[in-house]
Amino acid sequence: MSVDCVLGVVIEHDQGETKPVSLEVLSAARKLADQVSGKVIALCLCQSANLEADLFIQHGADQVQFLTHPDLQHYIHENYAFALLGQLKKYSFDYLLLPATNNGKELSAVLSAHLGVGVATDCISLSVNGEGDVVAVRPVSSGKAHSTVRFSGKKPHILSLRPNIFRSPPLSRQGETIEEEAQLSELSKKVQDLVKQVGSQLDITEARIVVSGGLGMQGPENFKLLEELAEVLGGAVGASRPVVDNGWRDFSNQVGQTGRTVSPDLYIACGISGAVQHLAGMSSSRCIVAINSDPNASIFSVADYGIVGDVIQVVPSLTREFKKILAS
Amino acid sequence: MVLQIGFLCDNILVNYNYGVGMKIIVCVKQVLDTAAQIQIDNGKVVSPGSSRIINPYDEFAIEEAVRIKERKPDTEITLLSLGPEGFKDSIKKALAMGADKAVHLMDEKFNGLDSYALARVLARSIDKIPYDLILCGRQAVDIDSAQTGPALATFLSIPFVTVVTGVDFSDDFKSARITRQVEGGSEVRELPLPLLLTCQKGLNEPRLPSLKGIMAAKKKEVLTLSASDLEFEMLDIGDNRVIEENLCLPPERKKGIILQGTDEEISGELARLLREEEKII
Repeated sequence: MSVDCVLGVVIEHDQGETKPVSLEVLSAARKLADQVSGKVIALCLCQSANLEADLFIQHGADQVQFLTHPDLQHYIHENYAFALLGQLKKYSFDYLLLPATNNGKELSAVLSAHLGVGVATDCISLSVNGEGDVVAVRPVSSGKAHSTVRFSGKKPHILSLRPNIFRSPPLSRQGETIEEEAQLSELSKKVQDLVKQVGSQLDITEARIVVSGGLGMQGPENFKLLEELAEVLGGAVGASRPVVDNGWRDFSNQVGQTGRTVSPDLYIACGISGAVQHLAGMSSSRCIVAINSDPNASIFSVADYGIVGDVIQVVPSLTREFKKILAS
Repeated sequence: MVLQIGFLCDNILVNYNYGVGMKIIVCVKQVLDTAAQIQIDNGKVVSPGSSRIINPYDEFAIEEAVRIKERKPDTEITLLSLGPEGFKDSIKKALAMGADKAVHLMDEKFNGLDSYALARVLARSIDKIPYDLILCGRQAVDIDSAQTGPALATFLSIPFVTVVTGVDFSDDFKSARITRQVEGGSEVRELPLPLLLTCQKGLNEPRLPSLKGIMAAKKKEVLTLSASDLEFEMLDIGDNRVIEENLCLPPERKKGIILQGTDEEISGELARLLREEEKII
């Protein structure tokens, strides 16, 4: 089969674990490739080729390129950009897709600046137009509006994809794996040594299920109810802005226009009234459950399932029932 | 120690001078109030009657600069803003918070630039401003692309750190220990100046301008530069690389249902719905 279009996918991984969003990006690239006679190449920068190439192939890669170097133990934009720019010189790519994580977003900016190419950040929908070019939808103003964009000029066109949107089951497929030594700058070791990673917990932007609390939780001590619920569901705990501003929860958990934008499968809003900024940050979730004592709270306007009641009573009851159904 | 990596790009290198105190550039954008409800008219976001504010993440950048100046009084803070006449409101507020002066890039030719082009223009203008540190917001809350800061640093060939939640300078302010947010954790890096940081919530608590600050801001210099001042045409940026074909409101969510019954009945019913109907749990 002739290949008309080459799509590269930059795999994000952390301490030897592939980030689930990378598989989602591969699946999205596969869907595009199928429409344009394209080939999907997974670009995996790592210390040694010990990540699951089969998994990348099952999610859509035709070829897995391991670019290995002792200084690629973890992501650092200087080293990643250097190695990728080398690879982009060697092979010709039409599109380059990355996860829209903090790392993916900064990397896309560096590559765009070096190559003089365009970037569409945080895309939530991809399609191919009549000319065979990729068209992307990306939320702006934290999702208060959707912008449809296309590219012009030099390739590769760069897209970063929002986590949790493009999930697809693995397929039984064949592909090849190659390994090359990555070319890094002579300063790569120095750069590598100066970065320390702290902490590794499920992030609210990557969680399939987010349980979020607002001022209705009445105090920081009651967030343990949400942690228990999140634990049963394998989710993460988020918070509204007033909660973070009150110092009840860390700012990294804030959902909303001045916090994080999340699109989980299930978002459970507990004691959150639903300010415009909060709704902007979570209304692209697949299913929304809202619990609030005020039946007129604006959160109910985006909820699929609403519960009017006292969160402090309702949440433990939910935890019990979810535990029961998960055990059954 | 040099941490710049030797790429060749069409950047503009800047001469900076450690001798005369620290020079900070803070990039500031004005955006629609985050509390605003929006409509789309003719492919543009409109929100009649809503106010404009400093991009919330840029406020963290301004605050950080002012805190550095409080510790190191020979610091000079220059605001850099690209936008129409109306941006003067945010420039004034940022000056009132404690910045010393401002450079306002204003020209019809700058309208509608994409992130790549915008970063090129900012890089060009910085050619005319010496600096040790550049502070930006982690993204503008209107375009939400998070590209301009790191692209700008790349054009300037200086190190950068994005989504910064903590900065700890060495005593001589020639290097910094920087904490950056990543999904599910954080990382810490040490870098020499000059560098560019994009600021995230958690870095500090931005102050409100004081009355004294507001009075002082009236006398501060705002230098307006046009496309020709920057020799914009010479940059040969070409057409936008990302073209917006359509802007619309997000699809409305389908109407939900309110569950009725005792807490236990409601909880049981919700668990069943999430398993059988939604297939989530």
